[in-house]
Amino acid sequence: MKAKQLKIALRNCGVTDPENIQDYIACEGYLALGSCLIAGNRQAVVDTIKQSGLRGRGGGGFLTGQKWEFASQSEADKKYVVCNADEGDPGAFMDRALLEGDPHSVLEAMAICGYAIGADQGLIYIRAESLLAIKRLKVAIAQAEEAGLIGKNILNSGFDFKIGLKYGAGAFVCGEETALIKSMEGNRGEPVSKPPYPTECGYLGKPTNVNNVETFANVPAIINKGAEWFASIGTEKSKGTKVFALAGKVKKVGLVEVPMGTTLRELIYDIGDGILNDKVFQAVQIGGPSGGCLTVKNLDMPIDYESLIAAGSMMGSGGMIVMDEDDCMVAVAKFYLDFTMEESCGKCAPCREGNKALYNILNKITHGKGTMADIDRLKELSVVIKSTSLCGLGQTSPNPVLSTIDNFYDEYVQHVVDKKCRAKRCRALIEYSVVEENCIGCGACKRACPADAISGAPQKVHLIDQKKCVKCDACLQKCRFNAIVVK
Amino acid sequence: MLVTINGKQFEAEAGQTILQVARKHGIYIPSLCYHEKVGAAGKCRVCVVEVEGMRGLQTSCSVVVREGMTVSTRTEKAIQAQKLVVDLLLSSGTHDCLACAQNGKCELQDAAYYLDIEHPTLVFADMEPHCDESSEFIKVDHNKCISCGRCVAACQKTVTNDVLDFGYRGANTEIVFDDGKKMGDSTCVQCGECVQICPVGALTEKSVKGKARYWETERVKSVCPYCGVGCSMEIHVDRKLNKIVRVNGVESSPVNEGMLCVKGRFGYDFVDHPERLTTPLIRNDDGSFRKASWDEALDLVSTRLTEIKTKHGPDKIMGMSSAKVTNEENYTFQKFMRTVIGTNNVDHCARL
Ligand SMILES: Cc1cc2nc3c(=O)[nH]c(=O)nc-3n(C[C@H](O)[C@H](O)[C@H](O)COP(=O)(O)O)c2cc1C
Ligand code: SF4
Ligand code: SF4
Ligand code: SF4
Repeated sequence: MKAKQLKIALRNCGVTDPENIQDYIACEGYLALGSCLIAGNRQAVVDTIKQSGLRGRGGGGFLTGQKWEFASQSEADKKYVVCNADEGDPGAFMDRALLEGDPHSVLEAMAICGYAIGADQGLIYIRAESLLAIKRLKVAIAQAEEAGLIGKNILNSGFDFKIGLKYGAGAFVCGEETALIKSMEGNRGEPVSKPPYPTECGYLGKPTNVNNVETFANVPAIINKGAEWFASIGTEKSKGTKVFALAGKVKKVGLVEVPMGTTLRELIYDIGDGILNDKVFQAVQIGGPSGGCLTVKNLDMPIDYESLIAAGSMMGSGGMIVMDEDDCMVAVAKFYLDFTMEESCGKCAPCREGNKALYNILNKITHGKGTMADIDRLKELSVVIKSTSLCGLGQTSPNPVLSTIDNFYDEYVQHVVDKKCRAKRCRALIEYSVVEENCIGCGACKRACPADAISGAPQKVHLIDQKKCVKCDACLQKCRFNAIVVK
Repeated sequence: MLVTINGKQFEAEAGQTILQVARKHGIYIPSLCYHEKVGAAGKCRVCVVEVEGMRGLQTSCSVVVREGMTVSTRTEKAIQAQKLVVDLLLSSGTHDCLACAQNGKCELQDAAYYLDIEHPTLVFADMEPHCDESSEFIKVDHNKCISCGRCVAACQKTVTNDVLDFGYRGANTEIVFDDGKKMGDSTCVQCGECVQICPVGALTEKSVKGKARYWETERVKSVCPYCGVGCSMEIHVDRKLNKIVRVNGVESSPVNEGMLCVKGRFGYDFVDHPERLTTPLIRNDDGSFRKASWDEALDLVSTRLTEIKTKHGPDKIMGMSSAKVTNEENYTFQKFMRTVIGTNNVDHCARL
């Protein structure tokens, strides 16, 4: 039997009209908030979330109920509920899709959280460029306020809860909760050491409960259907479902929501319908730039927080990029390092300089100038960057390097010793040449070459001057006789 | 409470960090961003150590000691990390110690030496020189800056001038003045607090270039000659040339806690200025001056004052004292005016 999706967080996406609160209400919308307020027991709400086993979907996987408990126990005259909608992983868009498709479930969950922890103000931190999500949120907030489901004295319970928006300028690190709080306060978006945790001292120095969009989206369903129902889905320590942004070389790409414990094979072959053009599966990068590359040997591993970490990757926010035999794993590591190097906030030395050093070495290797000592250096640097960096960005940024070295060591050695790139992705390591038997001397390649690297008289076999060739691929694309090959 | 560091027990106070306890007892843990004046920043990550019962490496500047805590500063893991982070900082800058004014009093150099780093081993692209010499007294060499943040904290929190901050991000992070101006075009008042707190040679006094280095100078403790605050200063003198090379504020002074103003720190060229008066001058009848001895000059003053006092009364005399002398001298002066001359006509230039 083929594995199937199970939609909890995405339950209303594509089903209800996100700009019509009546649609949401028709699907049990605001029922959970209402029942919490009527029951009038804050601790019971915290307990339900704790019992459900819900864990943060923003990457860390921290137990949501426990976080709410800490926030509810912090004494203060003012507390905040923050929804982290920064979502900066390249290729990930589950949070944005959720806010665009079902903004009310997040608003409702924030109000429930506010009630549980004793906060009267909610803030959603979202990238200013997410125009549609912002528009839908504004509409939803206005409609919920008008309906008396957000604002003063909600449902006559005496509970007040307002929700506002805060805009981010699009820095990956601002998704890290302490940097996010700094950014909301109008400061440079730099993380600060924890403890103290935001639940103790967060936005404007007040206890602040930060949760991810998807985490919140699960909450109303848990309240409505019960903690036991939720806890019955998933694995022992990872309950419920997870939304993944399946991308790369699979036939069906897009957002998918599956129960925790689904295997990679089920995700890629059943739900994703297999590898594009039926090529050979090579690796899958899970968890965005901070994750790691998993391989064939991990295909039957049930996906949950623990097993991913044990395999050298992580859940992250749920980016999942599938790679096939045509992908060069050294180049993949370099691609991710390019991202983290740019996105490091620069606050601490190992991440600021170390990721650049990693990138430089990877660059050297992909240009055929690497040595075996460079591979050892990559490992050594990675270990130190992970163990000394201040925040989660630096603590995880070397994962793509370490996991590709672990799983594809031969490929590194090939780049360094044989000066070859198996996937023919590293330009400095490939050579374009003419297959004499096939060349009819039509001259198409010669005309296409921008570097004047091809010579040959009409109807005679042509020749590529390796010194001049810039490896642009133009000749190969123009030749109709399969006379140009890459080696 | 008792804390064990590298197998030895030490007395520690509640609230102290591992780094503070270690320093107090003379145990060196390489660290670059911590300074007692601005506190822990957790930015350089060089001071990592291992603590029993805590997972992974810990930054000793941020971990507060607990009774019975056991710390190792020199485990293989800690040394490897300390060494590589210092290596990264050396590799990613231009550290030409031979020509650096900070040579010999550089915390990066100390850390590198202690960690046995002979030369930087990581390869970064060659860097273009990147200096800002637009201000009157301070040279900024961005390629030597290790982004420790001490100057920024000092500018914002200690002297509260709020000029310095960090700009850009990732490996392009650098200190900026106001919103990215040149130091000379910014609202910087050239107090030099940042120069004094910078652990490396990224912020230096322009005037020290090529002069006697730290170990070649003699330190003379003094009080600033400019105003009545009386900031404590440490004057660095090149005895071979008998010249002042640099002036620092004394960190332990309760008066100024290491801070100085632009005049105190940089305005010392009057000391050996050729036009400085070194003997009393007495005005000739034609209006010109002649040099005189102190005895002669004081005799003249005393005679003239007595004459005026007897002829016109003490209130025809007025005394004006200076902010450039000490409080004690000002006190003596007003006492002299009131009791010896017998007038209350006494004032001070700081009121003008
Ligand atoms: C570099 C970095 C980026 C992060 N980006 C996000 C993000 O975009 N969205 C998010 O919800 N959490 C992100 N996180 C995790 C947050 O710090 C925080 O743990 C999370 O928002 C807590 O919510 P949760 O418990 O519901 O997951 C990021 C963490 C790091 C270290
Ligand atoms: S680890 Fe990187 S992103 Fe995090 S504080 Fe350090 S420099 Fe900034
Ligand atoms: S700042 Fe320190 S390490 Fe750098 S050149 Fe100067 S003395 Fe050498
Ligand atoms: S200039 Fe000096 S004090 Fe300021 S950040 Fe750079 S190294 Fe630190």
